[in-house]
Amino acid sequence: MSIDKVSDAIAAPETSQPYAELGLKKDEYESIREILGRRPTSSELAMYSVMWSEHCSYKSSKVHLRQFGDKVPKNDSMLVGIGENAGVVDIGQGWAVTFKVESHNHPSYVEPYQGAATGIGGIVRDIISMGARPVAVMDPLRFGNPENSDTRRVLTGIVSGIGGYGNCLGLPNIGGEVVFDPSYQGNPLVNALCIGTMKHKDIHLAKATGLGNAVILYGARTGGDGIGGVSVLASETFDADGPAKRPSVQVGDPFMEKLLIECTLEVLHAGLVEGIQDLGGAGISCATSELASNGEGGMHVWLDRVLLRDSTLTPEEILMSESQERMCAVVEPSKINAFMDVCKKWDVEAVVIGEVNNSGRLTVEWHGEQIVDVPPRSVAHDGPVYERPFARPDWMDIRNAAGPENLVRPSSAAEVKQTWLTMTGTPNLASKIWVTSQFDRYVMGNTILAQPEDSGMIRVDEETGLGVAVSTDCNARFVALDPYKGAQLAFAESYRNVAVTGAAPLAITNCLNFGSPEDPAVMWQFERAVTGLADACLEMGTPVTGGNVSFYNQTGDVAIHPTPVVGVLGVIENVERRTPMAWRNNGDLIYLLGTTSDELAGSEWAHAIHAHLGGHPPVLDLAAEKTLAEILVAGSVGNLFSAAHDVSEGGIAQTIAEMSMQSGIGIRLEVPAGLDAFTFLWSESATRAVVVVPQNQNDEFLTLCASKSFPVTKFGEVDLSSKSIELAAVFGDSISLDIAELRTISEETLPRLFG
Amino acid sequence: MTPRVGVITFPGSLDDKDAARAIQLAGGISVALWHAEADLHGVEAVVLPGGFSYGDYLRCGAIAKFSPVMEKLVDAANGGLPILGICNGFQVLTESHLLPGALTRNDHLHFICRDQKLRIENNNSVWTSDFEIGQEILIPLKNGEGGYVADEKTLDELEGEGRVIARYLEINPNGSRRDIAGITNAHGNVVGIMPHPEHAVEKLTGPSIDGLGFFTSLLKSLVNEGKVTA
Repeated sequence: MSIDKVSDAIAAPETSQPYAELGLKKDEYESIREILGRRPTSSELAMYSVMWSEHCSYKSSKVHLRQFGDKVPKNDSMLVGIGENAGVVDIGQGWAVTFKVESHNHPSYVEPYQGAATGIGGIVRDIISMGARPVAVMDPLRFGNPENSDTRRVLTGIVSGIGGYGNCLGLPNIGGEVVFDPSYQGNPLVNALCIGTMKHKDIHLAKATGLGNAVILYGARTGGDGIGGVSVLASETFDADGPAKRPSVQVGDPFMEKLLIECTLEVLHAGLVEGIQDLGGAGISCATSELASNGEGGMHVWLDRVLLRDSTLTPEEILMSESQERMCAVVEPSKINAFMDVCKKWDVEAVVIGEVNNSGRLTVEWHGEQIVDVPPRSVAHDGPVYERPFARPDWMDIRNAAGPENLVRPSSAAEVKQTWLTMTGTPNLASKIWVTSQFDRYVMGNTILAQPEDSGMIRVDEETGLGVAVSTDCNARFVALDPYKGAQLAFAESYRNVAVTGAAPLAITNCLNFGSPEDPAVMWQFERAVTGLADACLEMGTPVTGGNVSFYNQTGDVAIHPTPVVGVLGVIENVERRTPMAWRNNGDLIYLLGTTSDELAGSEWAHAIHAHLGGHPPVLDLAAEKTLAEILVAGSVGNLFSAAHDVSEGGIAQTIAEMSMQSGIGIRLEVPAGLDAFTFLWSESATRAVVVVPQNQNDEFLTLCASKSFPVTKFGEVDLSSKSIELAAVFGDSISLDIAELRTISEETLPRLFG
Repeated sequence: MTPRVGVITFPGSLDDKDAARAIQLAGGISVALWHAEADLHGVEAVVLPGGFSYGDYLRCGAIAKFSPVMEKLVDAANGGLPILGICNGFQVLTESHLLPGALTRNDHLHFICRDQKLRIENNNSVWTSDFEIGQEILIPLKNGEGGYVADEKTLDELEGEGRVIARYLEINPNGSRRDIAGITNAHGNVVGIMPHPEHAVEKLTGPSIDGLGFFTSLLKSLVNEGKVTA
């Protein structure tokens, strides 16, 4: 095997190189030649190909993502912003939280188990590389038609992978989403969110500072898995005839990741580390170039020192490998021994692979031969930036014009009851217990709320009860109808879900899942969604701390529904006052906060009953959303609620059904005057929540709503003697739904499809 | 003197902090024990916590059995030291032959995490003396390989000698023979249980605080035996 050295690149400048196969465009290849003043060596080409991939370089999204930095609301809680491995926010009492959501969509379609498993592994390493202890994970998931046999392959593999990895890692899985829509048939979305906590002083950043400091690679050995994962897999559209891309999927070892967490936190807390970086997408290429680029600007690497699983790997493969469970640390020479001792304690292999210098270059040698000599910024940060053309597609007019007005609606009590029973069992609204019971939600002993509650809540400080709540949401049908408003509605739902549990929303992360950026219609959806989100964050005072863009979620010409998943983080000073979703006390009053209008476009009812998508999404008033959240948090602080639950997919019918099933206790309700039963039950108007108020708190609650001039409607009360939902004023009649029957319908759907 | 209870951390142990919290909430002092150190540091009892020791890539608990600390623990168990193995800890105890039988893959082949009802069947062990016989408790269960199996003769012996300490109620979540959730050795000092009492010790985080009974049982037993003073 001959090695392509820097001297060879100079001596044989015209050698033809496989840049296209590595995912680089011709003009990108030309600019690499320009940067280097010669052709790249094969190792350099490998590095640029992965680092300049869409996944790593954000080359199509960068120009739009700037808005998240430009429209930053005034918020004193930001400690570390966008651009680091994960953003960090101050939650008070000396504590900081880092959280981030990332995609692992493409690998999870090719190899569901490992794709989903390593998605968790990757986001967890982002969190530990900030110096935080990971304390919980969540998984927003989207799948194709549940009746399609391939959905079964994908879903069961992904759920097993998340469980197999996450359970073994010892992180509670506290929530997420499971959504079905035919648009995800060939492109399931597997997003993974991780939350980490730390004291302010423990924050660490990824940079290689200090001349002469050692660069230590530790963790799992480097193998031949995941080569080109970020480039040829994640940054291209699936093609029906193309070769299987299974070798580009990484293979995870959660046990090694658990050791890596403990080992990393121990070396960080012992003060043995100057800079740290995880190895994820683009592997060693990414870690070395980013560390060098963020630091003094120079690094030398002895690539032949890297410990290998397979001794036949070439230097190019080693540079591109995305083998999991590896980290890179920058350590002062005097501390190397102490660092190695900690690694030994945890049975983690470690080796010095490089040294920080002031050459301004990233140089790599292989058995004494120079194979890479590049300016590190050109690899890590100064990749290509595209101003992709974007344009509102003509078909949006047709889509917006075809509203749900003419869809047949239930118009009698019997039809309403039948619709309610049917809706309870649709795959999107049905109980997700079959999925979530495969995940450990108890480990670490700090889980306050988990699925099916509105948000996952974790106790951060056992002494004071300080906690955080996180929810992830996105109704992609709304985004498909109007990407600007749809993205804001996703934000609003997530914001509301956090506030419903009593936590004050503080900051957001997002995972922007879209089709091909080379399609102007997709790029238009992206630009609109990013603008919508940035505007909403500015208005609501919640900064974006970081996130991830996943493009090329399309098969052939067909893109997924644009799916900007928004994760909102909220703070609660004492988790003892959290608001759960299940009512418990006889006679407690049931109120709707907010206004219900006839808004069925993009609703679950239109989707599930009529397979319809058209019209305009619900109106959103962000100021009202903020007021609602203030009421929800103030009500929690004032102990005014015995329960509360957000109204979103499936409308009030679903909200009531979920609260009933969680509680098991019956209620008596009446459709409020001025609304027909159908609109009241299934409209998906935004900015609404159902709250349950003990009678002795009623006056104080109504005073609170009046002081905020927020609309509130009483529509029932809890009946401890009953085990059913009794609803009056349903087209002149009344209906009764047995809660046990609803639960059976709700819980049998997923096992029937996938069990 | 407050009782000191050790919690062994193997590489891959996950619920060690939870076990330590439960010991402390029950009124004991938890002492961290490390798998590679053949020393029990003079503790009065030991908890083997849940998790995936060494990744459990072989049979669960099969590698942990060979840890230096386990040599000491087996001797101490035979000498009467109270030991509670929870989930993976139970698996380590069967692999170490401190308890009979084995834990196998759940019959439905899925990992399962649920709030599980149990009935206490024996309150003679040091870990269950604070319960009533027949008492129903609710504690989390979370395992992929929690099906308790043993040959018929062993199962008959366990039943005959009253060594089944708890049984699953309402549903059998993993295919365990005779709905067995936990057992004790003949002497009553070594107990293995598949569900997780250490996750049911605080109202805020557990489905109940029924799990605390295992730890208060131990502390009372230690006091009654005069090993420590109240």
